[in-house]
Amino acid sequence: MSSFRRDKKEEEDGGANMFQNLDKTTLLQEARYFNSTPVNPKKCIHILTKIIYLLNQGEKLTTQEATDIFFATTKLFQSKDVMLRRLVYLSIKELSSLAQDVIIVTSSLTKDMTGKEDLYRAAAIRALCSITDSTMLQAIERYMKQAIVDKNPAVSSAALVSALHLSATVPDLVRRWVNEAQEAIMSDNMMVSYHALAVVAGARRNDRLSTVKLVTKLSRAPIRSPYALCLLIRHAAKLAEEDPSEASEPYLEFIESCLRHKSEIVVYEAAHAVVNLRKSARDLAQAVSVLQIFCGSSKATLRLAGARTLAKLTTKHPSAVSACTVDLENLISDPNRSVATLAVTTLLATGAESSIDRLMKQISGFMSEISDEFKIVVVSAIRRLCAKYPRKHQSLAAFLAGMLRDEGGVQYKTAIADAIISLVEENPDAKETGLAHLCEFIEDCEHTSLAVRILHVLGREGPKARQPSRYIRYIYNRVILESGPVRAAAVSAVARFGAARAELLPNIRVLLARCQLDDDDEVRDRAIYYSAILDSDDQELINDYITNVPIPNMVLLEKALQSHLNTNPEDVFNIDSVPTAEETKEPEEAPVQIEPRKQPVVSLEERYFDQLKIIPGIEKFGPTFKTCEAVDLTESETEYRVRCVKHIFARHLVLQFECLNTLSDQLLEKVHIRLETVPGYIFLGEVACEQLPYDKQGNIFCILEFPKNPLDTLGNFGAVLEFVVRDCDPTTGLPDPGEGYADTYPLEEIEIGCSDQFRTRAASDDWEVSWDRAVSAPEACDTFGLSQNSVGEAAIAVCEHLGLPKSAISGDAVKEIRGGGLWREGAPVLIRARLVAAQGAVTMQLAARSPREDIATLLLAAVG
Amino acid sequence: MEGSLFEPTLYIVKGMCILDNDGNRILAKYYDKDILPTTKEQKAFEKNLFNKTHRANAEIIMLEGLTCVYKSNVDLFFYVMGSSHENELILQSVLNALYESVSILLRRNVEKRVLMENLDAVMLAFDEICDGGVILDSDPTSIVGRTALRTEDVPLGEQTVAQVLQSAKEQLKWSLLK
Repeated sequence: MSSFRRDKKEEEDGGANMFQNLDKTTLLQEARYFNSTPVNPKKCIHILTKIIYLLNQGEKLTTQEATDIFFATTKLFQSKDVMLRRLVYLSIKELSSLAQDVIIVTSSLTKDMTGKEDLYRAAAIRALCSITDSTMLQAIERYMKQAIVDKNPAVSSAALVSALHLSATVPDLVRRWVNEAQEAIMSDNMMVSYHALAVVAGARRNDRLSTVKLVTKLSRAPIRSPYALCLLIRHAAKLAEEDPSEASEPYLEFIESCLRHKSEIVVYEAAHAVVNLRKSARDLAQAVSVLQIFCGSSKATLRLAGARTLAKLTTKHPSAVSACTVDLENLISDPNRSVATLAVTTLLATGAESSIDRLMKQISGFMSEISDEFKIVVVSAIRRLCAKYPRKHQSLAAFLAGMLRDEGGVQYKTAIADAIISLVEENPDAKETGLAHLCEFIEDCEHTSLAVRILHVLGREGPKARQPSRYIRYIYNRVILESGPVRAAAVSAVARFGAARAELLPNIRVLLARCQLDDDDEVRDRAIYYSAILDSDDQELINDYITNVPIPNMVLLEKALQSHLNTNPEDVFNIDSVPTAEETKEPEEAPVQIEPRKQPVVSLEERYFDQLKIIPGIEKFGPTFKTCEAVDLTESETEYRVRCVKHIFARHLVLQFECLNTLSDQLLEKVHIRLETVPGYIFLGEVACEQLPYDKQGNIFCILEFPKNPLDTLGNFGAVLEFVVRDCDPTTGLPDPGEGYADTYPLEEIEIGCSDQFRTRAASDDWEVSWDRAVSAPEACDTFGLSQNSVGEAAIAVCEHLGLPKSAISGDAVKEIRGGGLWREGAPVLIRARLVAAQGAVTMQLAARSPREDIATLLLAAVG
Repeated sequence: MEGSLFEPTLYIVKGMCILDNDGNRILAKYYDKDILPTTKEQKAFEKNLFNKTHRANAEIIMLEGLTCVYKSNVDLFFYVMGSSHENELILQSVLNALYESVSILLRRNVEKRVLMENLDAVMLAFDEICDGGVILDSDPTSIVGRTALRTEDVPLGEQTVAQVLQSAKEQLKWSLLK
């Protein structure tokens, strides 16, 4: 047996040998052999195969090399060998994007596509269409039309598919072939009718009425091809979705009739469409039962298709899915892990409160068998379940804690810890148990980053618990046992307990004193720093430097520090100028998914940072204080679309205009904005957009300096877009000769309000304290009558006006809005508003306190 | 739930590839410029795909936003990739077409050595199944018919005794190994 194995090994090597150690330079040499006459087909096939193989392996050719090979290949048209010719076509397609002057083979290919050899014709058409441009196409148009209706299905398909590819670049030309394509839909060959349908439907894409006609006509015709039927179902479904009225009933009937087709592909396509279109559970029954059958299939693909579509239904019709619970439960043990995970998450999403315990028991067996990434999906499903059924937190938290104890990678453990942390934050009942689980976990946690995070959470949530002292033991154990970073985090956490709980302060002082003997610099520094602050007994100091430390946005902080070092390193860096890290809102996820994926959350400021770099002298303005959401300055469906983004700096304002030209036959040049500034603003300059081609976004920047007096900053800017229009060819985008003419386009006004200039936040726990402390600061106070009828609406309107989040509102009959903020030049401000409804009108008393009186007045002026 | 219907497009196949039993690429084609545009990304994806699939014979996997259906034989792995928002069964039918036509071309000896010897024909089969992401044909016999089969192959009667024995030996070997 051993000799046999060796035998096999050698054979393998032998077979692969000719393609191993292929070298580009030798191959380029070998390609010269193509020039010799007469052509030796066998040898040339071999060389050509090697070239294509090498390209397929990702070898890069320079334009010159590619062109050389390409021209050598053209010599092979002399040979009549079928295989060789076909490989020549293949290499033409591969090289067409790399080499120059590829159109040289047009005549040879045209000859082949009109020749007698069927094996050449189809492939020649496809090769030809991949190298021609719109001008050459007109010459072969006649042949293409003939080829579409050719009786050889391969030729017809090749012509239709090529037409489909071409319609992306020259739609008008392809539209002229629709009559031929329409004829081909009725072909006996399945693929031809599929491709023909796509060409016809593609040409009518923007014409709803003729699409309706096409679908209506074909839904009665006996189409045999499953693929073509799928395509027809998709078009019918789209029509039905666009028009939810009674008129779409025939489409739905057609789709439902396809549920009884004999091909599984069509049945699934129809079921999927029905599930997405039908609104009532009764109408869904048929499709759901088909999917149920799929779930019991022997083929994994069918089971996945079934389970996946059922999973999608969970958000809309949980009741329809719960009918399939038994089928889904059978899938928990499916050998395909994607199917099993889908089944579990679907069951978790649809499960009733009563069935959770049973389900958890079933899952726990399954969890040990699947890979980490599937586990993460299950964990996030459980996390959603925690939010849905808060009363079940006991068993869910226990389950999560059990998973924490199992083996797993850092990502998996992080997912579980996240789930428990969100449980602790959202559900007050679960706080104590959740924290206890986390404490237990850090006793034996090998991941530094995770331990640090949990210590931070303990420091934040622990002091609010009934018995904070028990957490201190866990945290202090870390100081004794763990590595430097964890010890440092533990010190910070301990200090927070001392700051929040006066009765624990003496003990905390002792602990911190011990930490001052640590070998790690960071740990010692922190211990000394916190001891000093705690010893000061100054509540304000403790609050600002231990309890409520603002965390700046790390990416922007780094960039701000860099530009600070480059421009004026002598000055003191003001950390308040960097936007604080926002509460990252997690993007709304589908309730059931198979693949765990994280979208990176990027703040507005980070997104625009690179775009702003093109403004000369921007670094002198300091870091961006705030970037506002883009505002539309035009209607959504106009010729030119313009959106304005306001970038606020400490003393400057940059207006970024994002322009989009939606006319394919126009090229705009010298595009700029004529701004009517509010008095007091100083216009510093503009970065215009030199060229604005069709469908490409262009940016124009206007740079202004804010007036010295904050009260002058409020107002509206008038804006007009000015540009030179040049007509151009819609397909190529090249402008017609000539000068073009100047034109203008009015835009809506740009409002600079008060909220733009503040970074605001809702009141934190210690708002009361800060408000009282600011009693000596200048205060502006006034009473307003508001136009809204209800207090709630009025409160929301005020919040929007001031740029405060809705969470700032509290109270029922008397709404109180509390918040704070930072003005662009760095002055903090506190806001309090009380709203009362009296005799059908709402009255508001608004007070603002700030060290700068004009800022406080500004806030009031903005409301008035 | 808007946008959850399948898009009425013909550009269904995002990629096809054949890997060997070490996860190295034998042939691969990607059809969407926005998905895996560079060779480096493609190879990384193939490695990842191979690691996730070579042990579990589970037909289908969702990976990096793509639905991948696969099938393996002896030392070859066949994959067809499509958007995660696509009819899986259509992808499955493309995979069947790929596997079956390669199998016919290799005279049922679906293994790396034979495939390398017939690489030219397999390349043509690739080209006949899918053109720029559009399914060109899914019927294995017609695909094989369209790939110009080599004609110089000697019929059984004219082969030497040694040749016949050699091919018989091979057939037997692999039927035992399967």
